[in-house]
Amino acid sequence: MLREGDYRVPSGCAISGFINKDGRRVDGSAIIQSIALMQERSNGLGGGFAAYGIYPEYKDYYALHLLFEDKLSRNLVEELIKDNFYIEAEDRIPTRHVRSIGKAPLLWRYFVTPRLSKIEESKETEADFMTRLVMRINDSVNGAYVVSSGKNMGAFKGVGYPEDIGEFFRLDEYQAYTWIAHGRFPTNTPGWWGGAHPFTLLDWSVVHNGEISSYGANRRFLEMYGYKMTLQTDTEVVAYAIDLLVRRHKLPLELAARVLAAPLWQVIDRLPAAERDLYTRLRVVYGSLLLNGPFSIIVGFSGGLMALNDRIKLRPLVAAFHGATLYVASEEAAIREICPDVERVWYPQGGEPVIGRLEEESQCRLSA
Amino acid sequence: MPTLSLMPPEFRVARDDNKCIKCLACVRQCGFDAQQYDAEDDRLYAIDANCVNCQRCVSICPAGALTIYKNPPPMRPNAHWTEGHLRNIVKQAETGGVLLTGMGNDQPFPTYFDRLLLNASQVTNPSIDPLREPMELRTYLGSRVEPVTLEECRDKTRTPLVPIETPIMFSAMSYGSISHEAFASLARAAKAFGTLFNTGEGGLPEDLYEYADHAVVQVASGRFGVHAGYLNAGRVIEIKIGQGAKPGIGGHLPGEKITAPVAETRMIPEGTDALSPAPHHDIYSIEDLKQLIFTLKEATRYQKPVSVKISAVHNVAAIASGIARAGADIIAIDGFRGGTGAAPTMIRDHVGIPIELAIAAVDQRLREEGIRNRVSLVAAGGFRSSADVVKAIALGADAVYIATAALIALGCHLCQKCYTGKCSWGIATQDPYRSRRLNPEIGAERLYNLLRGWSHEIKEMLGGMGINSIESLRGNRLHLRGVGLNEVELKLLGVKHAGEAM
Repeated sequence: MLREGDYRVPSGCAISGFINKDGRRVDGSAIIQSIALMQERSNGLGGGFAAYGIYPEYKDYYALHLLFEDKLSRNLVEELIKDNFYIEAEDRIPTRHVRSIGKAPLLWRYFVTPRLSKIEESKETEADFMTRLVMRINDSVNGAYVVSSGKNMGAFKGVGYPEDIGEFFRLDEYQAYTWIAHGRFPTNTPGWWGGAHPFTLLDWSVVHNGEISSYGANRRFLEMYGYKMTLQTDTEVVAYAIDLLVRRHKLPLELAARVLAAPLWQVIDRLPAAERDLYTRLRVVYGSLLLNGPFSIIVGFSGGLMALNDRIKLRPLVAAFHGATLYVASEEAAIREICPDVERVWYPQGGEPVIGRLEEESQCRLSA
Repeated sequence: MPTLSLMPPEFRVARDDNKCIKCLACVRQCGFDAQQYDAEDDRLYAIDANCVNCQRCVSICPAGALTIYKNPPPMRPNAHWTEGHLRNIVKQAETGGVLLTGMGNDQPFPTYFDRLLLNASQVTNPSIDPLREPMELRTYLGSRVEPVTLEECRDKTRTPLVPIETPIMFSAMSYGSISHEAFASLARAAKAFGTLFNTGEGGLPEDLYEYADHAVVQVASGRFGVHAGYLNAGRVIEIKIGQGAKPGIGGHLPGEKITAPVAETRMIPEGTDALSPAPHHDIYSIEDLKQLIFTLKEATRYQKPVSVKISAVHNVAAIASGIARAGADIIAIDGFRGGTGAAPTMIRDHVGIPIELAIAAVDQRLREEGIRNRVSLVAAGGFRSSADVVKAIALGADAVYIATAALIALGCHLCQKCYTGKCSWGIATQDPYRSRRLNPEIGAERLYNLLRGWSHEIKEMLGGMGINSIESLRGNRLHLRGVGLNEVELKLLGVKHAGEAM
């Protein structure tokens, strides 16, 4: 049977996430509890988490989470890493034995910083350099896969129910201000750890529930900008689209959301002139990035979180507030499970982004 | 056609005398003098050799007394020397001329649209019901420059993009080649539906300037009817380099068709032949094209997107890339099935490539070079149904041009005699007795209905795929599967074979 990445696997899913906007860091037990409640939305063939703020001691280094299927691929990647980076620290990602989790690949993490000479050689920005390197590993080193590559963040994912994956990765031992979780229901058996969510690129992490019918159009547009779709999942497309719009084309996240879930023409036509021009232009130029079809996504990034529905809300998404914490999930119950006394619960409209950002002072405190 | 020919007539007119009421409508309406009346004997009869099977008499006969039959081929069956070849040879032996014909290539070359199938949603994503949910077909034509910044949105000097409410436009048919009535029908329908019609190379008649905002004004090698007012009145300017029905050759509108109003619109003397040279005599290379593009842009203060229309030929991808780099905003590609008012039969039937392959090659090439966003891609040439349109867009086109389908909606029965100027349907003629038969109001309504029907069908197909906006279909070849195509064809079209998963 082909491995995921050689063909496309549609999946249904559960998603959940929260951000403490005051910068308070909490361990992973709450998010595990929340995603575990939605167990019937996944089928044990994929679960994963992303956590922001977990490596304060290495916050200036890119934390590369890698999985290897064998020693050979690890040797190849390590050679590549040593060529291009200074390695500040490296170790096995700590795990504990969980009965329901099958044989795991080799899981390693490296805290690295790119060699200046290499960046200069490549005549790229540091972020572009990192992106290219990650893509090179995923694309060309057989058996190796970069699970995450951002600073002061990490993704943990594998084949199993999300609560078991969380247990396996000992997430109760990490402290983060943003937690994002995903339980997967793929329509066939990929059985490969790299295929689980979240999908990440640099600081971006994306969990996603849905199937994007515009995948072919989105993919071919992104390929023009040098992105390589190694996994052939919708989630990968979402991550690259956001990277292109926000990091490379410098659009505010709010507007990027209006590209991914563009307002209908009938709505745009009724806007005041200046706004109408802007939204028309966004749709005209980035029409190929419109994510068409059912989806709800949670996007994590350094210092924030965004949840977004497709424009006609074909997949569930609920948001809630309690104090400085913003919760988003597929089901209200998953929020009430970990926060019984929520202050406000609402169902965001299709295409209406819900964005939570760290308050300024906590941002300073965390980066200091 | 000479009275005595070595070939028997192609068609036979059969009249049921029990039904015929001798109203003589067929005699009056036959454009080709096939229907005759002998007043002395009070007898109706037909000259079969004149019949072109345009079906006009059959359609209008109030008694339903007429039927046209294909004359059974008298020749011994021969797979190599077909009846068509024999007829052509005899015709040329009799006249010594170049074989002429009208409309598009009618030979049995493969039609790739018929080997492509569409996708639909089941379970994992919901199909969308266009009766309940919004379904968007609006398409913008022109050059898209990214990234979008807040400042450039306020920049009013930028060439505006042109919206059309359905990805279907009327392709170029010049006033002169078609009647004023047919031309006006297209203009009215385009305006009513919010799409564009194309003036072709014969200019825009003075009385139709009220529709200019929905016109693609063409500039062809003969430059007929081109002046500053014309360029600035249109919505889009199109430089016509080639036409799918006759790549590499020019045009010839005979003097008989250059009536006073046609002459005025074309800005040539009445009754003179209107000859369009094969190449533009100021475009002998790609840099010359660039000069013309920018000449036209300067003449219109950069307010009109400039389209360049070429016929689909072997090297179409590289040529299209050159056109994009020369500054065009739109590239229109006309496939070998595209129609014409007149073309040498050998050229029409043997030059050019299928539009499906051309779209796939051009779209892929422009993407590989990272310049697909710089131009809109319009496909033309033999679109027969909304399914063909959907497939073309999935292959990579932004929009399509239809012309043959539009004429069929107006009454055309594809008799392929447009070049004679005798059209019984009042379409390809300048004879007021004939053209009066086409009422522009009714014509426009029929065209509007066609656009409406196709647009509805496109929405249904999109909804089935789980898509609610046409831009998510553009270049989305994952929604296409080939059947009975070989590996080279699949590779060129960029589609998988039916049965292969996503």
